[in-house]
Amino acid sequence: MKMQNELINEGKGGNQRQTVPKQRKASDFAIRSNRLPEFAIDRDYEKCIKCEVCIRQCAFNVHYNDVEDDLIRHRAEDCVGCQRCAVLCPTNALTVKVNPAQYRAHGSWSSEHVKDINRQAETGGVLLTGSGNDKQAPVYWDKILINASQVTNPSIDPLREPMELRTFIGSRADKIEVKDGKLVTKVPPQVCVETPILFSAISYGAISYNTQKALAEAAVELGTLFNTGEGGLHPDFYRYKNNVIVQVASGRFGVHPEYLNAARMVEIKIGQGAKPGIGGHLVGEKVSEDVSITRMIPVGTDAISPAPQHDIYSIEDLRMLIFAIKETTNYRVPVSVKIAAVHNAPAIASGIVRAGADVVVIDGFRGGTGAAPKVIRDNVGLPIELALAAVDERLRREGIRNRVAVIAGGGIRSSSDVVKAIALGADAVYIGTAALIACGCTLCQKCYTGKCNWGIATQDPYLSKRVNPDIARRRLVNLVNGWSHEIKEMLGGMGINSIESLRGNRSQLRGIDLTSEELAVLGIKPAGV
Amino acid sequence: MSLTMSRVEIDAAGICYSDLNQKVREAVETGARKIVLKNVYGQRYIGTNLYGAADSKELSQIGIDIYGTPGNDLGAFLDGPTITVYGSAMDGTGNTMNRGRIVVHGRAGDITGFSARGGEIFVKGSAGYRVAIHMKEYGDKRPVIVIGGTTQDFLGEYMAGGVVIVLGLNLSDMEPHHCRHLGTGMHGGAIFVRGKVAHYQIGAGVSESRITSDDEYLLEQYVSEYGRLFDIDVSDITPANFVKLTPLSKRPYKQFYAY
Repeated sequence: MKMQNELINEGKGGNQRQTVPKQRKASDFAIRSNRLPEFAIDRDYEKCIKCEVCIRQCAFNVHYNDVEDDLIRHRAEDCVGCQRCAVLCPTNALTVKVNPAQYRAHGSWSSEHVKDINRQAETGGVLLTGSGNDKQAPVYWDKILINASQVTNPSIDPLREPMELRTFIGSRADKIEVKDGKLVTKVPPQVCVETPILFSAISYGAISYNTQKALAEAAVELGTLFNTGEGGLHPDFYRYKNNVIVQVASGRFGVHPEYLNAARMVEIKIGQGAKPGIGGHLVGEKVSEDVSITRMIPVGTDAISPAPQHDIYSIEDLRMLIFAIKETTNYRVPVSVKIAAVHNAPAIASGIVRAGADVVVIDGFRGGTGAAPKVIRDNVGLPIELALAAVDERLRREGIRNRVAVIAGGGIRSSSDVVKAIALGADAVYIGTAALIACGCTLCQKCYTGKCNWGIATQDPYLSKRVNPDIARRRLVNLVNGWSHEIKEMLGGMGINSIESLRGNRSQLRGIDLTSEELAVLGIKPAGV
Repeated sequence: MSLTMSRVEIDAAGICYSDLNQKVREAVETGARKIVLKNVYGQRYIGTNLYGAADSKELSQIGIDIYGTPGNDLGAFLDGPTITVYGSAMDGTGNTMNRGRIVVHGRAGDITGFSARGGEIFVKGSAGYRVAIHMKEYGDKRPVIVIGGTTQDFLGEYMAGGVVIVLGLNLSDMEPHHCRHLGTGMHGGAIFVRGKVAHYQIGAGVSESRITSDDEYLLEQYVSEYGRLFDIDVSDITPANFVKLTPLSKRPYKQFYAY
């Protein structure tokens, strides 16, 4: 250790010490990590049967067989805390826990700051992370309560009475004209979904083939939609065309007329809640043969999505792309525009509506990602609750709310979040992280490494076969069905029998532990009033 | 249907782009293979809506001749047809083009060939900013853009594949090309510029490289095609006149992140 430090301190042109052989420079030595391991692993050697499951399951090579001592050992410093080994250990011999050893407590310098600084001092790079913002920013869903009927406006029992969750996604005409019992007005295209829960954009490339297949088949079974993300549509998945939203993002990967015409809806991705304002780089390691076919780029090259779309520098330019897509699809499908929730989201949303979009998607700052700079994920954007309420309010005030459907995403964790989002003004919600948790994700946040032990965020065939698409589909269907039942229960409790009647119905919500400014933005009353 | 019968002429004067494009689509659906648009005046997305109007093979036999000035996004998402503009084109010509050809007998605006994955674009004169930005290639799809004049800044920005050939025909002998930040962020493909390019004009991560015999063949092929299309004598243009620019790395951001 001492010698190693001396070598590090040597630097270029430093004094030559006796310990340094002349032919080797200080830069020949790797910089040793000063970081404390994030996780500690307890292995109960009485229970361990040396079956080596843990060794095979860990793509980070934490566990190894020490042949000399005839023991399974581990390197805790490489552990990401995904719990795959602990879950699959047949004798429950493993406990993976947050390392109890921490740096000396400090009110300003958290362990995370110290570790991050070390990681950057070792590499000089931008810190990457995966999944959504894990910081303690207030979750407004948890400060909003839902109403229920008592005596007056009696509650409805969804088990006995019809309860409608069917939702139409798209623009509504300002007025319709009926002549001789027939609709004369040419109404804009809409997509009907059986529940207001859609799977959000997750590209093939970020996730495995099996995981995207499970999402697609679950969407078919549930009568809802899945979203390709910006990775193109794999040739095998054109058969799910009745349930697919295809994305057009700044990289334009795999975007061509057949792709656009295969979709029920086309989504222009301007931004993503986890990384507002920046583009994305799918690292070359993840561009496998199959991903290459789907994205239509050579194997092993970085897939770079620039931060802006270079044909969109204004609302007028956005209109140009919206109508380029409408022309390509002959005005058959709704065109959606997805933005990250940012400070001036309401004004931008107004511009998006006026640019001719049929759907506005607002993605909050707790939304997930396969890879984002940590500093962006944790510091840029807004909670979806505030952005959604502000956007809905603005569009209503301008008298253009009917022209679009609003989809809210980024941190929807439960059916109550869905109900609250719809009452705040959303037509439907996107779920991404929740869907991946249903497929096995444990939020270890290492998606960007491509080594997902749960087989979700990886292209390694050895890992990706861990997701059985049939089982994952059933788990996804179960999740959404469970949520849908709960939504019906909550609706019934409010004395409402259709999700339509909840939309923007903020009188059904009350806030607790919120300032008057927050209540004003959310457009809800405090609890007790 | 005889060849003459398959020719349709449309007067575009005073027609909104969506109606004009619908007429073009209907003409293709009813068997037209040569569509002549007269008095085009800023109508957008010409050729964009033809997917499914005929089968893929037939689409590549369709010719659209445009007289006047087509609007932005000419041939956006184009997938087969040949568009010839007897005039100039505006911004976004060949945006995300997949297959086909666009020939412009004038100049073209900004982001010509943006994100194109296939097909060919020939511009007789100069083109605007960010030509061939994020152009890419895949398998046998390798887009080629030939610009007769010069271009503005950020030519080939983020370029991930394909070929750009800039002939500099409207520059005087000693005049350098106008473009700065040439190839910034480029990570694939090649740019061939005939004439002078100063070092400061070339973006980071791009280097001059040697012209191979394959390059010579490609240049000769496309330069002579340019000469044929626009009836210009190109006999004195030889591969030796070109500077070839290629990216230093296909993985420009490999070292950018801490894992």
